[in-house]
Amino acid sequence: MVKAIEATGIPVVHICTVVPISLTVGANRIVPAIAIPYPLGNPALEAGEEKKLRRSIVEKALVALETEVDDQTVFEG
Amino acid sequence: MSIKVVHYINQFFAGIGGEEKADYKPEARDGVVGPGMALNAAFNGEMEIVGTVICGDSYFNENLEEAKAAILEMVKKYEPEMFIAGPAFNAGRYGAACGAICKHVQEELNIPVVTAMYEENPGVDMFRKDLYIVQTGNSAAAMRKAVPALSKLALKIAKGEDVGTPVEGGYHARGLRKNLFVEKIGAQRAVEMLTAKLGGQEFETEYPMPVFDNVAPGAAVKDMSKAKIALVTSGGIVPKNNPDHIESSSASKYGKYDISNVADLTEATYETAHGGFDPVYCNVDSDRVLPVDVLRDMEKEGRIGSLYEYFYSTTGNGTSVKNSKAFATEFAQDFVNDGVDAVILTST
Repeated sequence: MVKAIEATGIPVVHICTVVPISLTVGANRIVPAIAIPYPLGNPALEAGEEKKLRRSIVEKALVALETEVDDQTVFEG
Repeated sequence: MSIKVVHYINQFFAGIGGEEKADYKPEARDGVVGPGMALNAAFNGEMEIVGTVICGDSYFNENLEEAKAAILEMVKKYEPEMFIAGPAFNAGRYGAACGAICKHVQEELNIPVVTAMYEENPGVDMFRKDLYIVQTGNSAAAMRKAVPALSKLALKIAKGEDVGTPVEGGYHARGLRKNLFVEKIGAQRAVEMLTAKLGGQEFETEYPMPVFDNVAPGAAVKDMSKAKIALVTSGGIVPKNNPDHIESSSASKYGKYDISNVADLTEATYETAHGGFDPVYCNVDSDRVLPVDVLRDMEKEGRIGSLYEYFYSTTGNGTSVKNSKAFATEFAQDFVNDGVDAVILTST
């Protein structure tokens, strides 16, 4: 799906847990997520903290979208 | 004396449980477990599974280095002469795990390894260059055919016999070249292929062209505070009770859902239709998969221009590449028509 959308020229950022799969599939902007059942959350955290964590990942995704890339890029850390 | 084999399977095939047990830590058991029984029978006494290592698919992929190290130690204890993983069919995380552990065992213990999976399993492209991966059908319903194919190739590899070409050996092409003598010269073979092609007959190329279907990255968003952002997910987020009946796996459709008046996905309003991960955490708060709440906040604060009024969702497990591509090609037109500037796609 990432590629079919990006084929229109609209940039796509893929937030996913298993980064090697995303690389194989061919996503260009990749942001690693937390865990498979909750990529953008962590049930062990208190609700406010969890939302902060989610926001930090979405923020990373936005930065990825603001960054020019020539090739597949994983936005870590 | 039969050849000693260690077999790797996931929590599902070990009968431990489904997605709710996918975080199961590595465990070794003597002898066969699950599909190992049929493999052992197919070995006909020439090989024997002396131990089985089990690991949850999520645990393996989320703790790659720890899982590989722990499993290697368990495998080592059995002093095997061969290592087999799977078959993983079209289970993506299981395929990735089978490939990764086979590669690790091959490198560290220097013994032959083999696994098996369906052609669209991402594990195939990740590891085909490193491993023999037997071709299977796309679900466990194909186990009856997979077992003889896997055991046959495993025996050949273990005994150091010629495995033949990918077509002969029933494995996914590894991109290896091998010199061999043939009766007919190249010109003759080429003309025969050409006449077969012109005659509409089947022929087998000697040099398949690689498929490059990577897409060039879209240009970066210049001003995020004016950008319209759309959300897409393969995590199967749907309004409560799944009104479009999106299948829990091998989806034949996607859903398009209006979120123009939604600020937060709650337990009462949204859930996941995905059958490939433990849904408990997502069903309590679907923002954990599709971050609508955070994007609404960012919209208010001006970090982004706006959140697009619809999100698009399907279940990514076992869904064919062909279907996924068709879904996205279709809804990407909405993005083009409605001036979406960028897309966030989340996967579980």
